[in-house]
Amino acid sequence: MAKSPETEHPNKVFGWAARDKSGLLSPFHFSRRDNGENDVTVKILYCGVCHTDLHTIKNDWGYSFYPVVPGHEIVGIATKVGKNVTKFKEGDRVGVGVITGSCQSCESCDQDLENYCPEMAFTYNAIGSDGTKNYGGYSENIVVDQRFVLRFPEGLPSDSGAPLLCAGITVYSPMKYYNMTEAGKHLGVAGLGGLGHVAVKIGKAFGLKVTVISSSPDKEDEAINRLGADSFLVTTDPRKMKAAIGTMDFIIDTVSAVHALYPLLGLLKVNGKLITLGLPDKPLELPIFPLVLGRKMVGGSDVGGMKETQEMLDFCAKHNITADIELIKMDEINSAMERLAKSDVRYRFVIDVANSLSPP
Amino acid sequence: MGKVLENEAFGLAAKDNSGVLSPFRFSRRETGEKDVRFKVLFCGICHSDLHMVKNEWGVTTYPLVPGHEIVGVVTEVGTKVTKFKAGDKVGVGCLVGSCGSCDSCTEGLENYCPKSIQTYGFKYYDDTITYGGYSDHMVCDEGFIIRIPDNLPLDAAAPLLCAGITVYSPLKYHGLDKPGMHIGVVGLGGLGHVGVKFAKAMGTKVTVISTSESKRDEAINRLGADAFLVSRDPKQIKDAMGTMDGIIDTVSATHSLLPLLGLLKHKGKLVMVGAPEKPLELPVMPLIVERKMVMGSMIGGIKETQEMMDMAGKQNITADIELISADYVNTAMERLQKADVRYRFVIDVANTLKPNPNL
Repeated sequence: MAKSPETEHPNKVFGWAARDKSGLLSPFHFSRRDNGENDVTVKILYCGVCHTDLHTIKNDWGYSFYPVVPGHEIVGIATKVGKNVTKFKEGDRVGVGVITGSCQSCESCDQDLENYCPEMAFTYNAIGSDGTKNYGGYSENIVVDQRFVLRFPEGLPSDSGAPLLCAGITVYSPMKYYNMTEAGKHLGVAGLGGLGHVAVKIGKAFGLKVTVISSSPDKEDEAINRLGADSFLVTTDPRKMKAAIGTMDFIIDTVSAVHALYPLLGLLKVNGKLITLGLPDKPLELPIFPLVLGRKMVGGSDVGGMKETQEMLDFCAKHNITADIELIKMDEINSAMERLAKSDVRYRFVIDVANSLSPP
Repeated sequence: MGKVLENEAFGLAAKDNSGVLSPFRFSRRETGEKDVRFKVLFCGICHSDLHMVKNEWGVTTYPLVPGHEIVGVVTEVGTKVTKFKAGDKVGVGCLVGSCGSCDSCTEGLENYCPKSIQTYGFKYYDDTITYGGYSDHMVCDEGFIIRIPDNLPLDAAAPLLCAGITVYSPLKYHGLDKPGMHIGVVGLGGLGHVGVKFAKAMGTKVTVISTSESKRDEAINRLGADAFLVSRDPKQIKDAMGTMDGIIDTVSATHSLLPLLGLLKHKGKLVMVGAPEKPLELPVMPLIVERKMVMGSMIGGIKETQEMMDMAGKQNITADIELISADYVNTAMERLQKADVRYRFVIDVANTLKPNPNL
C-alpha cells in the first residue's frame, strides 16, 4: 500500500499545501526524512513568496504534483547537522534556496553550476534523490544536503534577506555571467516587482547607471527615491522611449507576461544584451533585424549555482542590500497569493513562519 | 549648381520596383586625395541586391546601381593614398564610408556606425548617391578598399566581400572558431556554403542543417561538411540535440527557432545572419534553463574583412560561383529568387558590360 505524506518518512512535519489547481493553500500534515550524515535540519523562521510558488500551485506550467508545499526562499536555524557536515553547526543561521539536489558529478556540478545539472532537483514539487517528493519552505522545518545550504551572513536580516535566495541570485547570476558589472555602464531593468527591485539595488551596488523600464508611471517615485534608480522610462510614452533609443548596455527583463521585445531591443546600444528572466507561458516574438543591425543578443538565466548564491549573499550583506518586503502570517497566504497575481505588493511577501505557523 | 562630375561611368540600374536592370550612364567623382579608382572586373550578385532592386525593404531610391561584392584592378590613386597603387588587385564590399569617430568606428566596426554609407543607394559626403559594382569602374576611399591576395581567382573571391565577411565575423566574435568545436550552418546558399568553408578552415566540425535532403551530397562531398541534417525530420533533429557549440543561421525566410535551439549545447549560441522580415517565435525556456543565446551579426568592419580575405588567401577559400554575362543579369535575378544557383552569380563585368550605344 502506498505510503501517505504523513507516514512516508519518520518525522512528522506540519506545513501548508495546495491540493489542486485552484491553488488554495491549507494546513497539511506530512513527514521528512531523518537527518542523514550529509544533512542539515533547518527550523524555518521565514519563507519568501516567489511568483514561481503562485505558478506552481495553480499548475500554470502543467507539471505540478499535488499536494504541493511551496517555498524556496527559506531562512532558519540549523538544529541538527550530520556527522559529515563541515560547513555548519547547530545554531547557525542558514538559508535554503531553489535547489536541494543535483548529481554532484557532471560537468555543471563540477563547475558549481548545480542549477544547470540535468538531474537538478527543486526544493519543492520535484523528486529528491531518495525517490520521494520534495516539500518546500511553507513548513516548520526542512532537511537538506549540506551542499545546498547557505550560510546567512552576519548583518543580513533573516526576513528581508530571504527573497535574495531566489530573486537575488536570479538577477545576480546573469549580471556576472554576461559581464554586466562594469561601473559606469548603463543597465535597464524591465519590470519592477520581486526580481526587478532587487536588480535595481544590485545594479547600483555594482556602480551601474540604472534605468527602470515600466508600464506603470506610478512606480517612478519609488524607483528613483526609494530604490535608487537613476531614471525611469515609461514604455507607453513614445517620446521618451524614442529619446532612450540606443542608450543602454544591457537590459535585465524580469517581465513574465508575454510582452514586446522590439522596443526593448531598440533601447540597447550596439553589442547590447537583453537577458530575459521571466517565464511567459507562450513564446515571445523576436524581431531579427534589430539583432542583426546592432549585433545585439538575447539570452536567459536560471537562478544560480550554490557557490555564486553564497557569493551573492555575501555581496548583499556587504552592500546592505535586502528585499523590500511585506511580512505576513501563514494564514494570510491565500489573500497574499491573490494580491501577488495582481502584482499588488511592494515587492515580496515573506511569511513569518516561526511565529505564525502552528498546527490546528 | 553643385559639383560637376566629369568622370563618365556606365552600368546596370534598376529604375523602378519591377527590379528589372537596364543600361545606365552616370558619373563618378574625380579621384580625391584619399580615393582609389579601379576598373571593375567582377561583381557578385548578393541576395540583398535582389531585395533592393525591388524595394522590398522600402529604402530604395531609383535609379539604383547595385553590387557590393566588387573586385578589380587599380587604375589611379589619390595623392594621400599610401596602401595601394595602380595595378593592385582590390575589392570593395558593402561599405564606402563611415563617421570615423564613434565607438564602433574606433573599434574598427564601421559596419555598426550609425552614419555608415553603403556602397549603393546611399547619400555620400558630396551629396551624390552611391552607385555599386554593376558598373565599369569604382571610386572609393582608401579606408574601405580591401586587398585581394594574389593567389585567389578574382571572380570566385568577389562574393567573399559580403558573404564571406558575414559568416567570418560572428564565427570569430563569438568564439566559434576553436578547432574541435561543432558548428551548425543553417541554409545552404550564398552565405551558407561560404560559412561551411570558413568554419572547416577554422578546424571546427560542421553540420549543415537544411530543409532539403537533395543538398546532402553537395554539402558533404563537395563543400566538406562533416554531417548533414534535414530540419524537417524530427528523428534527425532528436539525434543531434545538444551537440552544437554554435549555429550560424543564414535563412531569411520565416522559420522555427525551437529545433535549432535544441541542437545547441548548454550555453550554445544561435547567430542570425539572415534577416527574416517578420519576427520569429522565441521559446524562452531554452534560454533560461540552458543559458542559450540568440544574437545577430551584420557583415563586418574593414579590418576584419581584410583579415577574412587574407585567411581566404592562405587557405584557398573562394565561393562557388556561376559566372554570367551582364545581359544575363535579369534572368539571374529570377533564378536567385528561386534559390536556383550553386551558390553565387558573379557578373563578368569587364568582358561583358558594354555601354549602350543607344543612350
